[in-house]
Amino acid sequence: MSLMIGVPREIAAGEKRVATVPEVVEKLVKLGFKVAVESGAGDAANCSDDAYRAAGAEIINGAAKLWSASDIVFKVSVPTMEEVVLLREGGHLIGFIWPAQNPELMQQLAAKKATVLAIDCLPRMLSRAQKMDALTSQAGVAGYRAVIEAANAFGRFFNGQITAAGKVPPAKVFIAGAGVAGLAAIGTAAGLGAIVRANDTRAEVADQVKSLGGEFVKVDYEEEGGGGGGYAKVMSEGFQQAQREMYAKQAKEVDIIITTALIPGKPAPRLITAEMVQSMKPGSVIVDMAAERGGNCELTEPGKAVVKHGVTIVGYTDLNSRLAKQSSTLYGTNLFRLTEELCKTKDGNINVNMEDDAIRGLTVIKDGAITWPAPAPKLPAAAAKPAAAKPAAAPAHGHGGGGAPASAGKTAAIFGIAALLFLLLGAYAPAAFLGHFTVFVLACFVGYMVVWNVTPALHTPLMSVTNAISSIIAIGALVQIAPPLTEGFDRPDGWIRWLAVAAIALTTVNMFGGFAVTRRMLSMFRK
Amino acid sequence: MMTASLATVSYIGATILFILSLGGLSHPESSRRGNLYGMIGMTIAVLATVFGPRVTMAGIPWIIGAMVVGAAVGLYAAKKVQMTQMPELVALMHSLVGLAACLVGYANYIDTSIQLEGAEKAIHEMEIYIGILIGAVTFSGSVIAFGKLSGKIGGKPLLLPGRHLLNLAGLLIVIWFAGSFLHAESINDGMLPLIVMTVIALLFGIHMVMAIGGADMPVVVSMLNSYSGWAAAATGFMLNNDLLIVTGALVGSSGAILSYIMCRAMNRNFISVIAGGFGTGGGTPAAASGDAQPAGEVVSISAAETAELLREAKNVIIVPGYGMAVAQAQHTVYEITQLLREKGVNVRFGIHPVAGRMPGHMNVLLAEAKVPYDIVMEMDELNEDFPDTDVSMVIGANDIVNPAAQDDPGSPIAGMPVLEVWKARTSIVMKRSMASGYAGVDNPLFYKENNRMLFGDAKKMLEEVFVALKA
Repeated sequence: MSLMIGVPREIAAGEKRVATVPEVVEKLVKLGFKVAVESGAGDAANCSDDAYRAAGAEIINGAAKLWSASDIVFKVSVPTMEEVVLLREGGHLIGFIWPAQNPELMQQLAAKKATVLAIDCLPRMLSRAQKMDALTSQAGVAGYRAVIEAANAFGRFFNGQITAAGKVPPAKVFIAGAGVAGLAAIGTAAGLGAIVRANDTRAEVADQVKSLGGEFVKVDYEEEGGGGGGYAKVMSEGFQQAQREMYAKQAKEVDIIITTALIPGKPAPRLITAEMVQSMKPGSVIVDMAAERGGNCELTEPGKAVVKHGVTIVGYTDLNSRLAKQSSTLYGTNLFRLTEELCKTKDGNINVNMEDDAIRGLTVIKDGAITWPAPAPKLPAAAAKPAAAKPAAAPAHGHGGGGAPASAGKTAAIFGIAALLFLLLGAYAPAAFLGHFTVFVLACFVGYMVVWNVTPALHTPLMSVTNAISSIIAIGALVQIAPPLTEGFDRPDGWIRWLAVAAIALTTVNMFGGFAVTRRMLSMFRK
Repeated sequence: MMTASLATVSYIGATILFILSLGGLSHPESSRRGNLYGMIGMTIAVLATVFGPRVTMAGIPWIIGAMVVGAAVGLYAAKKVQMTQMPELVALMHSLVGLAACLVGYANYIDTSIQLEGAEKAIHEMEIYIGILIGAVTFSGSVIAFGKLSGKIGGKPLLLPGRHLLNLAGLLIVIWFAGSFLHAESINDGMLPLIVMTVIALLFGIHMVMAIGGADMPVVVSMLNSYSGWAAAATGFMLNNDLLIVTGALVGSSGAILSYIMCRAMNRNFISVIAGGFGTGGGTPAAASGDAQPAGEVVSISAAETAELLREAKNVIIVPGYGMAVAQAQHTVYEITQLLREKGVNVRFGIHPVAGRMPGHMNVLLAEAKVPYDIVMEMDELNEDFPDTDVSMVIGANDIVNPAAQDDPGSPIAGMPVLEVWKARTSIVMKRSMASGYAGVDNPLFYKENNRMLFGDAKKMLEEVFVALKA
C-alpha cells in the first residue's frame, strides 16, 4: 500500500512558497507515493492546479479534506494551531518547525501522536545530508534576492561603464557575513559587475569569498570566530570594537550594504549603527537580511523598506516568497531527497530509521514522543580536529633538518649513552680499531647529510644506486682470492678461493645490474 | 702492480666519487652524472684492488671469470626488468649483497694466514661474527621481500604466536654462541657456533619480513637497503679496509634515512613497522572504527562520463597508487594527460611518499611513461590546491587518500598524512572492487557525495576514457 503525500496551501501571511512543485511530484510518484495537492496551493509560485494534475497529483479542494486524506504532510512555514488540529492522529509532518522557538506547537503535535521531521533540525555537517539542506537552499535564494532588492532601490548601475554619455563608476557593495546567503549575495553582486567586499568572523571563509569574486576585508584583531558546526559565535569585546571601526570605515566608502549576520539562538548582532547610516552617501541602500531576528542595522524596520538619512533600509522578511517559484523548486527537491532517504525501498512506504544520523537529527517527534534535541552527530567533533592537527603535520617535510627536535631530557639521555659507549670503546679497543671506527662514524654523518638532499622523486634510483654501491663488498672477496702469503703459513686455499669466487660473482651481478638499471631509470626522467 | 700507498689514494678517490654520486641524486638533472660518478668510483676501487698489493697474479684469472659471469647476468637482468618490477629487483639485489657478506665472512674465518693475539683477535672474530649475522639477515629477509613483492608469497603478514618472544630467544642464543665462538680454541671448534648463529639469523630475517604487511613494504625495502650497507661496513672492519667501511656506512645511513622518511609518511613508528602485524590485506576493519562506519551510497560512473568530466575541467590532479603499477596503466595515463594538456587542461600528478611498494616507485613509473617530472608533485606541494581542482582522479590508490586518517581518531591510519582528493569539486576513484586497501580500513571517501567510482581494471578503463576523450 502506498502512502499519500499531501501538500496544503500555505496560509501564513505573505508566504508564497509551496512545499512541492510539479517537477518534483513526478519524482515522488516514481518513488511509489500518491500525491495530493490542495487546490490553489501553487498559485503564488506559478504552479497551476493543472500542472500538478498533469504531473500525477490529485487536486483536493479545501484544507480540511486534504489534511485528513494525507498520511504525510509537506509544509513550508511553521504550522499554525489551526493546521495542527487538521493533522490526522498519528500522521507524519515534514517542514520547518523551529522546535526551540515553538515549544507549544511541539506539545500539540505530540498530543496528536504525530511523527514530525523538522527540516531546520538537519545535522548540516553530515556531507550526505547536504542534498536535504533546505536552510542552505533557501538562504541561497534569499541572498540572491537581497542583491536584486538592493539593485531595485539603488539609483545607479552596478557595473562601471564608460559611455558616450560619460563615465559611470561601479557600485561598491559590502556584504556582512559570508554564510550561504552572504556567499550567494557576493556571487550575484559580482556577477552584476559591482565591486564586492565581504567580511565574516570566521577567517576560514576568506577563500570562498575570493572564489566568488569578492574581496575579503579583515578585522584588525586576532580571534577565531568559528563556533563549531560551521556557525559563527559571539565575539569578544575587543574584537567587536575593531569590527565596529571596520564597519564604520566601510559604511563611508560603499554604496550598498547587505547584512546577513546571524548567531544560532541569539538575537542578530547589531553591526550597523545609526551614525554609520548617517555617514553613508545619500541614495545608498542597506538590505538587512537579519530583519526577522531584530536586524543587523539599528534602524531596520522588519518587513518594510524605509528611507532614513537618505539611505534606503530594506528589512523584508519574505525574501524567499519574493522568488517563490525558485524557492519552492529547491525546497521541494530538498523534501524529495529526504523522502528518498525515508523510502529506501522505493515502494511508497516510509521508514523513520532512528539509527541514521541524518534522520535522527530531523525527527523531533516520533509517534507522539518528543525526541528533540537529537544527540550531536559524531562527525563535527572529529571534523574540527584536523585544524588542530595541521600545524603538527606541516613541518613534516623539512629537508636537511631531519625531524622535530627531541625533548631536552631525551637528548640528554642519548648523549649520555653515547658518551658511555665511547668511554668503553676507548678503554678496551685497540688503536687500529679506533682508527677504523673514526672513519665509520664520520662516514655515517656524511651519508646522513648527503641523503637528506635527495628529492623524493628519485628515491627509487637512490635505492638502486646505493644498492649498486654496496657491491663494494666485492673488494672483500677480491683481497681473499690470492693474497701474497708470508712463508710458513698454511691456508685452505681451495675453500677460500671458491667462497671468494662465488662472492665476487654475486656482487658483480649487483654491481653491473644496479648501475645499469639506475642508468635506465634516470634516462627516463625528463622535463 | 701498484704500491700500497697508490691503492689507498685510489680508495680515497673512489670514496669521494661515491659521495658525489649520492649527492648528484638531489635533482633529476644532475642525477645521471651522479650515477656516472658511482660507476667510475666502483671501477677505480675494483682496479685498485685487483692491481694492488693484496692480490697476486695467481688470482687474476679467477677474478676475471667470476666477474664476466656476474656482469653478464647483471646486465641482462637490468635490461629485461619491467619498471613495475623495480621493487622486486632491488630486493633481490640486496639479497646478493647479504649472501656475499656471509661468504666473505666465512672465507675470512677459515683463513689461517691471519694471526692475531689478545684483544685484536677478539675484536676481529667479533667483526666476523657480526658481519655474517647482518649478511644472513639481509639475505633471507631480502629473499622473502622479493617473494612478497613479486606475489610469489602472499602479502598478508604472518603472525606467529609469541613472535616477539621468539625473536628475543633467537637474540639470546646468538649472544650465547658469540661467547662460545670467541672462546673457541681452533677454527673447527668455532665453526659450530658460527653455523648455528647463521641459521638463526636466516630464520630471523625470514620471520621479520614475513610478519610485515604489504603496505609497509616501502619501509622494508629501504631497511634492507640499509642492512646491506651495514653488512659491507662490518666486512670492512673485518678486513681492515676503510673503503668498505666508508661506503658501507654511506649506504647504511642512506637506507636508514629512507626508512625514516617512509615511516613518517605513514605517521608510524619505525619499531612498530618492524614489529610487524600491520597491513593485513583484506582483514576485518579494526574494532575502533566499528561505530564510525561510513554510511551512504556509492555512486559509480562510466568511462564516457569520466571523459566528459575531464574534458570540462580546468584543473586535474591525478593520484596514482600501486593499482596503477599492477595494471601497467602508466602509459595510458600519460596518453590521457597529453591529450588533456593539449586541450589546455592543467594536469598534475600528486605522489604520496608511500604510494607503491618502494620509495619513489610512482615517480619511476611515470618517468617511464615519459611524464615530465615538473608536473609530478609531492604531496606537500599540491595538497592545498585540491579545493581549486575540478577533478581529482585516484588510480588504484586507497589508504593514501582516506579521509578517515584525518577525521576518525579511532582509525588505524589516524594521523597519517593523506592527499585531500575529496576537496576537489569531483573526485573519481578507479578501483577493481569495493575491497579495502592494504590497511584493511574502509574508505569514507567512496561514500562522499562528490565522489564517483569507476570500477574495473585500471588499464582497460583508462583506455576507454582515452577513446571517449578523443572522440
